[in-house]
This record gives sequence, structure tokens and C-alpha cells, in this order.
Amino acid sequence: MMIELLLGVCLVGAVAIFLLPDRYSARLSFGISLLPIIGSLYMYATFDGVGNALLEGSTLAFETKVNWLSIGPYELFYHVGLDGVSMPLIVLTTILTTLAILSAWTPIDERQSQFYGLMLLMEASLIGVFAALDFFVWFVFWEAVLIPMYFLIGVWGGPRRKYAAIKFFVYTNVASLVMFVGFFLLVFGLGDSIQTLGLPAIAQALSAPGAVESIAGMPPNTVKAVAFFLMFAGFAVKVPVVPVHTWLPDAHVEAPTPVSVILAGVLLKMGTYALLRFNFTFLPEIAQQYALILVAFAVVSVIYGALLALAQQDLKRIVAYSSVSSMGYVILGLVAFTLYGLGGATFQMISHGLISGLLFLGVGVIYNTTHTRMVGDMSGLADRMPVTAGAIVAGSFAYMGLPLMSGFVAEFLVFSGSFSADFAYAPLLTAIAMFGIVIVAGYYLFAMQRTLFGQFSVSTDYEITRASAHDVVPLVVLIVLIIALGSVPEIVFDMIEGAIRPMTELTATQQADTGSEMLGLGVSFLGGVLL
Amino acid sequence: MSVATTIMTPTTLTASVSASNQPLQLGLGSYEGIAPMIVLGLTALALFTVDSVYPDSTNNTLLSGLTVVGSLIALVITGTQLVTGVESTELFSGQLVVDEMSLFFTFIFTSVTALIALASHEYIGDREYQGEYYALVVLAAIGMTLLANSNSFATAFISLELASLPSYALVAYLKDNRGSVEAGMKYFLIGALSSAVFAYGISLVYGVTGSLLFTDVAATLTEGIDGSLTGVLGIGVVMILGGVAFKTASVPFHFWAPEAYEGAPAPISAFLSSASKAAGFVLAFRIFITAFPADAIAGIDWVLAFQILALVTMTLGNFAAATQETVKRMLAYSSIGHAGYVLIALGALTGAADQSFVLSAGMIHLLVYGFMNTGAFLFVALAEHWGIGRTFEDYNGLAKKAPVACAAMSIFLFSLAGLPTGGGMLSKYFLLLGAVNAEAYVLAVGLIVNSALSLYFYSRVVKAMWIEEPASDLTIDGYPTGLYAAIVVAAVVTFLLLPALAIFSDPALTAGSGLF
Repeated sequence: MMIELLLGVCLVGAVAIFLLPDRYSARLSFGISLLPIIGSLYMYATFDGVGNALLEGSTLAFETKVNWLSIGPYELFYHVGLDGVSMPLIVLTTILTTLAILSAWTPIDERQSQFYGLMLLMEASLIGVFAALDFFVWFVFWEAVLIPMYFLIGVWGGPRRKYAAIKFFVYTNVASLVMFVGFFLLVFGLGDSIQTLGLPAIAQALSAPGAVESIAGMPPNTVKAVAFFLMFAGFAVKVPVVPVHTWLPDAHVEAPTPVSVILAGVLLKMGTYALLRFNFTFLPEIAQQYALILVAFAVVSVIYGALLALAQQDLKRIVAYSSVSSMGYVILGLVAFTLYGLGGATFQMISHGLISGLLFLGVGVIYNTTHTRMVGDMSGLADRMPVTAGAIVAGSFAYMGLPLMSGFVAEFLVFSGSFSADFAYAPLLTAIAMFGIVIVAGYYLFAMQRTLFGQFSVSTDYEITRASAHDVVPLVVLIVLIIALGSVPEIVFDMIEGAIRPMTELTATQQADTGSEMLGLGVSFLGGVLL
Repeated sequence: MSVATTIMTPTTLTASVSASNQPLQLGLGSYEGIAPMIVLGLTALALFTVDSVYPDSTNNTLLSGLTVVGSLIALVITGTQLVTGVESTELFSGQLVVDEMSLFFTFIFTSVTALIALASHEYIGDREYQGEYYALVVLAAIGMTLLANSNSFATAFISLELASLPSYALVAYLKDNRGSVEAGMKYFLIGALSSAVFAYGISLVYGVTGSLLFTDVAATLTEGIDGSLTGVLGIGVVMILGGVAFKTASVPFHFWAPEAYEGAPAPISAFLSSASKAAGFVLAFRIFITAFPADAIAGIDWVLAFQILALVTMTLGNFAAATQETVKRMLAYSSIGHAGYVLIALGALTGAADQSFVLSAGMIHLLVYGFMNTGAFLFVALAEHWGIGRTFEDYNGLAKKAPVACAAMSIFLFSLAGLPTGGGMLSKYFLLLGAVNAEAYVLAVGLIVNSALSLYFYSRVVKAMWIEEPASDLTIDGYPTGLYAAIVVAAVVTFLLLPALAIFSDPALTAGSGLF
């Protein structure tokens, strides 16, 4: 019932805000958005799920399963439920939405009721994506996310907002269609062995040897590989993976700050979450077979994304391209398919959600005051805006993977996971990917030095004042969360591990059994030494 | 009784034509099955009565109200039978059949009729010939309903004409409008031509099989025909296919559609592109699946023909829609595109997979389309009522003045594009699923490409309404109750068809499997 309650609050709240006049909407939507936070934190505290939602022997938390409709040979269900991967993502969604709503109070000054209503609609769709366990329910939410996002970019965005909105819209819609065909190729390959489109049923049917039959003359393994790469192509757009990342900089740069936060913080995770659920849980053996190709995508995303970021002058573009780089690490961790690789990838989803949210918010606060985002247009802001500057410094360090911050834990896990992975040249490829961090450090240090420190000057004619409280609060909350996850990663990683461990047992390669206590100890120790 | 006679007359005639030896079977229980048609017939008579008592009346409310009430009663009867389920019954010596399929389509026709009658209240305002307008709408609806019940080529042809003839007049209803008259003329000429082609096709099939009843034709074909007649039969099948293509506005008989939909009064465009198209499809389903089963008619590969038609129709419709400057014409071409999508239901009957599934997917798409497309055309009717112009730019900033109507229009357009604001998403993806399942990968790729393109041009309207700034002189006068009510109802139903599609998908599945 809890998931329906979250969805219901968001939807009813959205409708109420659409109908009420503009002057109430900012505060009211903030108030309404606190309810899902309370709900999701309560769910987090009372979470009793065991195992991976898609695999055998799991117990789902907050599960609901009702008949929806039947289509052809398949029964469709309204089926939602949470496991250790989806639970943290839902908490991330609720928290980031509220912070984004707070950060919208300053910049959004027209058509407020529509803006805040759409934000809540988006929250509902995102919660649905992470909670749904039946294909069509999931797909409805997956596509539903596009609609509020289209309007949020198109109406409240920057100068090229119309182009960015339609590009995002069409690009990701085509991706969904491609993914859809891939998914159903796999389902039809399963033949009569499944009667539902429930993701758990499909995953479990696929784990039986010889489950997939040949289709249209393609042998079973080809069917699987084609399905894998069609789905991968579909999800890669959302992640995004180079070379299908080109919608991202446009969408991020043109979107208003609060929307960028959701876009980078949660929307990109839809792609990696779906990769984890579909490609890597359904077809781990195909993932291993083509590991080198997939790792190549990951490494290219990491390095190329970082190099693109290095070339930017616009602060928002820097953060946007560095997201491409960071999501490359998630792919790397997924392909590694070790406990730390998969766990680290999931942890990186949460961590990157917080860090990129923090940086977009920080840049947004600077833009609200200076009305420019160009690195060359300002310097020495730290004097006038100490808290904001501090937040950006904190966010940058988190991105670089400074110990005791969540970015360090995530990247540490991913690298240790992929170092010991099975695919060829694993250590070498991991080392190349690690080089991305050096570039990250390069461009963030460069950008910070130019904008925040040195002699104060701004090329636009606006008075530079301290940010108001409702702009600062989200920054502080995010810094606290980043540090909390960085110093005590177990609060999230234990839950993630519960859902990831059954996945690693899918393949023959068993991991050495190392508990997360070890990890926590190691992280704290390393952090202490470095400090 | 007099009403029943009016309905019976054409069918009684054809019963004797079809060389059937059985006496007419018409028990009391049979009326139940054709009750919706009887109610529609009574409505038409009531409209004629009102019109003859007050020939110059412009009491629009009475006429529109009568039509709405009549079609709603028919709708409720149909809906009840559909939900409770019916036995497949043959009436009039097998000339008509009442089954889930006929009820499903009658449901579409009566809903669309009710919606457009409601919307016409303000749209035709105080023009002349109102009685005729509503009566013709109801008569066309009877024709479509009869078409859904047809079980022989004779009834099919007569009901096709009954559906088409009023439509020609309705398209040309705006007599002082050049576009409307021209569209009516064009529609009539192409309609007459394709009717002739259709009738000639029927005569060839009759010549080969010796029967007009769909089931008898199928039985004869299954037994096997003289090899020298295969060619004649083939020409007959192709000609019948042409008649179907005309009614569904598919390539190659689609030329009338953009003109007719653009020139006609917008509620009539909605009627033609939703209900009339669905009528064409039910005819196609019955003829090609019941009368020409693919395995019995081995020499003539109509499945392949429908695959080609589907691909060409959806591609042509969508690519043409993407280049239009006026919203109504864009919707007209998009309607051709959707005809192409539904043709997948026939093109995917390759025997590679569960056949009834893709057929019911097509039916579900027609149902949802009946609401979302009608709604979209009614929004155009609203814009025409306000006189704000026809191009995309004329809609700029409309959401500031009429947010409710624009929200409804966005629901329609996104649902047409296959996004989850309505049942259009599910039905479109069911068709894609059906194409993949039937291993018709070319159709699947075609659907993907077209779907992506369609999102672009549908969202142009949304962009104009919500994102663009309004022209400084954009004013709208009043919020017409009937039009608004029709649009909002269509929007609510379109949306509800997403979570509550099960109500209709189950009958559609039953109906689909009933044909095989």
C-alpha cells in the first residue's frame, strides 16, 4: 500500500496545484512533496525485503499485485514492489524532488502552478519506474516521465529550449521503441514457458538452460544477443552512453536548474537501473560474452565525456558532460558483474544523484545572482557567496572522489569490482577508466579556481548578494547526505548488497565472500589516513 | 413494428438474393441483438418527425439532444451486451450476425455519434438544414452498425452505401464554403468509383463461389475451386480490397481523405476519420478472415498485400502529416497513418503466431482511436468555432486562454503519438508486439520509424499551445458548453482507457478469437 500512497499523494497533489492559483503553488508543492519523503524514509526504515526482486528466493517489500488485463497469451498485472536496489532510488527521488522544488522558488517566476504540478507528476512517474515489476506497468511509467520533462524544458528552459525539448523527446522515445522490440524478441524467444510479462517471471524463466528458442531462423544465442543489444541501445540513450549522449548537453543546459537536478539526479538513473534490471539480470551470460564491447562503451564514455567537459566554458555544461563520464563508471561496474562492481554501480547511481544535484543547484544559485554561467565572466565569488562557493567546492571534491564523500566509495567499489572482473584486460581497462578521475580533477579545479577564487569581478551588472535561505538549505542537505554516505556507506550499501548478491550467483564465477563491514572499515581507514 | 420493418427491408431483399432455402428466422430474442440499430433507427425517425413538423426550426438543442440521447441509449444497450457477453447469433438466414465483434464496433460508432452530436450543438449554430444534418449523421451511424453485423456481401454492400451516401452530403454541409463543397464532390466521385469496384469484385467472387454469404464463400473455397477460376477470384479479391481501402482511407484509395477531412465541418471530419474508418476495418476483418481464410485461399496472398498496404499507408500518412501547415490537414494525414497501423492487424496474420491477438490489438486501437481522434478533431472544431485560424502558428499560446481544452488536446495528441496519456499507448504497442510476434519485422520497423516521426508533428501542436507566446490579438469568445463537454468527455475516456483497458480488451480478445 505504501507505494500506492506515495503515487497517490504526488498525483493528487499535482492536480490540486494545477487547479490552485500561482501564488500558493510554490509553498504548497513544497509541503506536499515532504509527504513522499516521510513516506519513503519510513519505508526505508521498515524495509523488510530479501534478495533481488527479479530472482528466486526473494521477498519483496511493500508488494502489490493485482490483475490488470490480459493480452494475447499474456496476463498483465499491476505489480509493484521494492528490493535493495529500488528502495534507495525511491528515497533519492523523493529527496531530490523536494530540494528541486525549493530551488525553484527563486528562478521560476511565471506559470508556477503548472511548473510545480508537473514536478509532482514527474515524481510520481519516477517512483513508478523504480517500483514497477510488470513490464507494461513499468513501461507506462517509463514513458510517462517524458511528458512532464518535455514541458518543463520547453516552457521554462533557456533560449534554445524548444529545440532541446523536442530533441530530448524524440530521441528518448525512439530509444524506448527500440528497447521494446528487443524485449519482446526475448519474450517470444521464451515461447510458452511464460504466461505473464512480469519481470521476475521472465528473469527466472531465462535462467533455465535452453529456455530461449530460435526465432525466424536465428539460433537461441543470436536471439539473446540481438535482444540484449536492442535493449542496450534503448537504455544507453537514457544513461547516456557515448555516442548517443548528444541530447543530454542540450537538455541539461536549456533546462531550468530544478529540472536539471531531476534530469541528472534521477532521470539518468532510469537508464542504468533498467540496464541492471533487464540486460544484466536477464542475460548475464550475454553480458559476459560481449563484456569487452560493453566495457569499451563504458571507457569511451568516461574518457570522452570528461574530455568534453574539459573543453566547456559554461559551468552547467561542465557538470552535464561530467555526468556522461560518471555514468560510464556505472556501466563499467555493471559489466564487471562482481559483487563490488554491481554494488558499486548501484551505489554510484545514488551518489551521483546527490553530487550532480548539488553541483547543478550550486551553479543555479550562482546563475540566479550573476545571470551568467560562463567561466570567464566571473571570478572571486567565494568572498560574496561563501556558502554557495563552499557547496560547489564540496560537490567538486565529491566528484573527484575525495575520501569520506560518497563519490569516493562509489568509485572505489566500481574500480575494485572491475579490477578483479573476468573479462580480458580488466586491470588495464579499469586503469584507463580511472584516468577519467584525473581529468575530472583537472576541469573542476580549473573551473573553481577561475570562478570562485582570486580577485572578485563579474561581467554582468547585477548586485552579488548572499543566497537566500531556501537556496542554501538544499545545498546543505545534499552535502550532509554526501558525507554521510561517504563515511558510513553501510547505511545504503547493506541494502544494495542484499539485492545484488543473488545476481552474482547467477553466473559461475563466485565472488570471495567479503562483508560490507570490511568495506566500511577500509573506507574509514583510508579516509582517516588521507585526512 | 414499423421501425423494425424499415430496418428489415433491405435485408429481406438480399436474403432472397443469396439463394438460401431456409425460411427467415426472426424470433423474439433476435431483436435483442439488433436493438442498438433499432434505437438508432427510431432516433432518425424522431429527427425526421421533428424536422417535418417544424421544417424551418433552428432549435438546435432539441435536435442535438435527441441525437445524443438516442445514440447514448444505443451505446448503453451495446455496452451492457458487450460486458455480459453474447452468443454469436445469425439473423435473417445468416445475412446478419450478432457477435462480440459487431457489438464492439457498434460501441465505437455509437460513442462517436454521441460525441459529435453533442459537439455539433454549437458548431453548426444556427445554420440551415439542421434536422437533415443530425438525421444524416444517425443514418450513417446505422449504416456503419449494419456493416459491423454484415455476414454476406449483399448486406455488406448495402450497408456500405448506407454509411457512405449520408457522409457525402455531410461533408458538403457547409454549402457556402467552397472547400466543403469541393471536398464533398471529390469524396463522392472517389466513393462512387470505389463502390463500383467493390460491387464488381463481389460479383466476381459470387461467380466463382456461387454464394454471397461469407461462411458459404469460405466453405466453397476450402473445398477447393476449379483451378482456372483462381485468376477471376484473385481479381475479385483485389477489387474488394480496393473497396475496403476506400472506406478505411488507406493507400491507394486515400486521396479523398485529406480533402474531405479538411473541407468538411470538423465534427464530420471526426465522424468520418474515427467511426467510418472503423466501419471499413470491421468490413475488412469480416471479409478477409471469415470469407477468405488465408489457408483456404492459398493462391492469393492477401496477407502480403495487407503488409505492403500497411507499410505504405502508415509511411505516407505520417510523412505527409509531418509536412502540413494546418492542424486539421495534419490530423487528416495522421488518420491515414493510423489506418496503416491498424492494417498491421491484417498484415500480421502470417500464421506464425497467435492470430486472434493481433486482430484484437487492431480492434482496441480503433476503439481508443475513436475517442482520441474524435477529441482532436473536436478541438479543431472548437478552434474553428472561435475563428482563430487553421495553422499551427494560429494556435500559439492558446493554453493561456483555454487551459482545459488545451490540456484535453494534449492528452489526445500524446495518446495518438503513443505516450501514456491515454489508451493509445497500449494499443499501439500491442500492434507492435503483434507485428514482432508474427515475425513481420519490416512492419515493426515501419511502425517504429513512423511512431517517432509522429511524435514530432503531434508535439508541434502541443508546443504551439503551451510553449509559444500568443499573438497579441488572440481572443476567444465564450466557452461553448456542448463542444467543451464533448472534448472533456473524450479526454477523460481516452485517459481512462489506459488503466481500465481490461473492460474492452477482454471482449476484443473474445471477438478476435471468434472470427477464426
